Amino acid sequence: MIRLGVPSKGRLMEQTFDWFADRGVRLSRSGSDREYAGRVDGADGLSLVLLSAGEIPRELRAGRIELGVTGTDLVREKLAGWRSDIVEIAGMGFGHADLILAVPECWRDCETLDDLSSIARDFRAAHGFRLRIATKYHRLVRAWLAHHEIADYQLVDSQGATEGTVANQTAEAIADITSSGETLRANNLKILSEEPILRSQATLFASRAAMGPEMDRFLSQLGMAA
Amino acid sequence: MTSKRDKQVLGQKLLAAFRDAGAVEIAPDILLPAESLLDLYGEDIRARAYVTADPIRGEMMLRPDFTVPVVQAHMENGAEPARYCYLGEVFRKQDMGDTRPENPRDNEYLQAGFELFSREASADAEIFALFHRLLPPYGVRSETGDMGLLRDAVRGLPLPDPRRDALLHHIWRPVRFQRLLARFSTPAMARDFPVTRASWAGLRSESEMVTRIARLRADAATAPLPAIWSERLDRLFAVRGPAPEALAALRELVSDWPGIAPAVERIETRFAAIADAGIDPAQVVFDASHGRTTMEYYDGFTFSFLAGHPDWPPLATGGRYDALTAVLGKGRAIPAVGGIIRPGLLAELEAT
Repeated sequence: MIRLGVPSKGRLMEQTFDWFADRGVRLSRSGSDREYAGRVDGADGLSLVLLSAGEIPRELRAGRIELGVTGTDLVREKLAGWRSDIVEIAGMGFGHADLILAVPECWRDCETLDDLSSIARDFRAAHGFRLRIATKYHRLVRAWLAHHEIADYQLVDSQGATEGTVANQTAEAIADITSSGETLRANNLKILSEEPILRSQATLFASRAAMGPEMDRFLSQLGMAA
Repeated sequence: MTSKRDKQVLGQKLLAAFRDAGAVEIAPDILLPAESLLDLYGEDIRARAYVTADPIRGEMMLRPDFTVPVVQAHMENGAEPARYCYLGEVFRKQDMGDTRPENPRDNEYLQAGFELFSREASADAEIFALFHRLLPPYGVRSETGDMGLLRDAVRGLPLPDPRRDALLHHIWRPVRFQRLLARFSTPAMARDFPVTRASWAGLRSESEMVTRIARLRADAATAPLPAIWSERLDRLFAVRGPAPEALAALRELVSDWPGIAPAVERIETRFAAIADAGIDPAQVVFDASHGRTTMEYYDGFTFSFLAGHPDWPPLATGGRYDALTAVLGKGRAIPAVGGIIRPGLLAELEAT
């Protein structure tokens, strides 16, 4: 039996259902809209588990599901050493979002990461504490800033409404996921002109421990090799 | 596998030797307030230290090293000169990248340490000779460096203050340092600061931005640093070899770079003192870049003792951290040098 974890609501769920339908596997929610039980037609030995997208990485690693659909950002942020446990099967072509670093639009002197590095140094000297970057992607952002040898900053945790932290003076910059950039612009923030920290999309992942003949058969039914 | 008990026994032996060398034993807390450590080390320490929360005391950290609590204890009630020693666990997590390592490093291990607060110039050689004596005579090699040399070298570059200060600030970050140096070595480009309609937001003030823009505009008129200087810096960073050879290479650089003469003299004096302690300087490596990738707080002499195993961390490390005492001493400062030995690694080495 292969258990497939799929985000339990919203566009991500619908687009996942469409993606599988295009490949001959019909997924649906059984019963009412409020019920988180799933139904599968067109594939033997596959069961559908509806989960919060954020829990899918953890469930894959724990071996409670064998396949899962979630964003690359969530896997990379939540699972240190993810490649040891999880295989990336296919990007699914939707749910695109970039993890970016944004600063106040009024900072006319800040276009690049080099600018931010220099501003952080000045800020720390003037205010007596490190420039604050609000994010919920702590590991990804820290690793990226460490790679670029940015000093004089600190991360502050923000689990939601991150774009508002600058106006509220609880952070000087933010690192967050964006697809259109509209929320950023509405909050008078601009993206640094650097490559994004991560380009994310909805991706089909498999647990490494579940790879084998059964998984191969199902993946070739979908038209892809493991 | 060497048992924890054997490592502890070896640690006690080192501690006894440190006491015999005149040190007073202190036992800092294991749970430390996170704030001062985070402010000092930045996000790097958050990635490596275990942070936990106390409902009353706030964010706490499982001791990632001893230097900060020892310095704090000394600044509060120490007299000088002072020698301290300690033995205890430190805790470091390993935030692996995409792949889990096959043999994860120890996340808790013993450190036996010795810290010396003294205005005597001979303190560097005293620590080095002590560590040298306590580590096995075979299969261990020592490498040293001097961050004071690199700092003096940067101070001696013909650059306006803002450029020099930026380079000094990033001396521990080779990539950033190199980017700055490359930029300062090419003609500056005048830059636009397009006006926006966005209203001001955030804690950074408009006057801070105006000050920086003025600095950048002034910088655009600066002549590039002649290429000969980045070549000299490259030559300096590459100086590495047995101490007598490395010193000869440094003396060659001095004629073009008088700013580093006092630092080179200090290094010569240090090696003379090391030789007086009965250690052959030809057996000690001097690497000008040695301290650049270590903890940011080392600002003078640095050293490490390495076993032959390529994937082992150093058996012992240490160095001078004068600036750290100024930061933690809230205005008071005292020259300080110290180091730690990892009894666990030493026990494994002796068992093989």
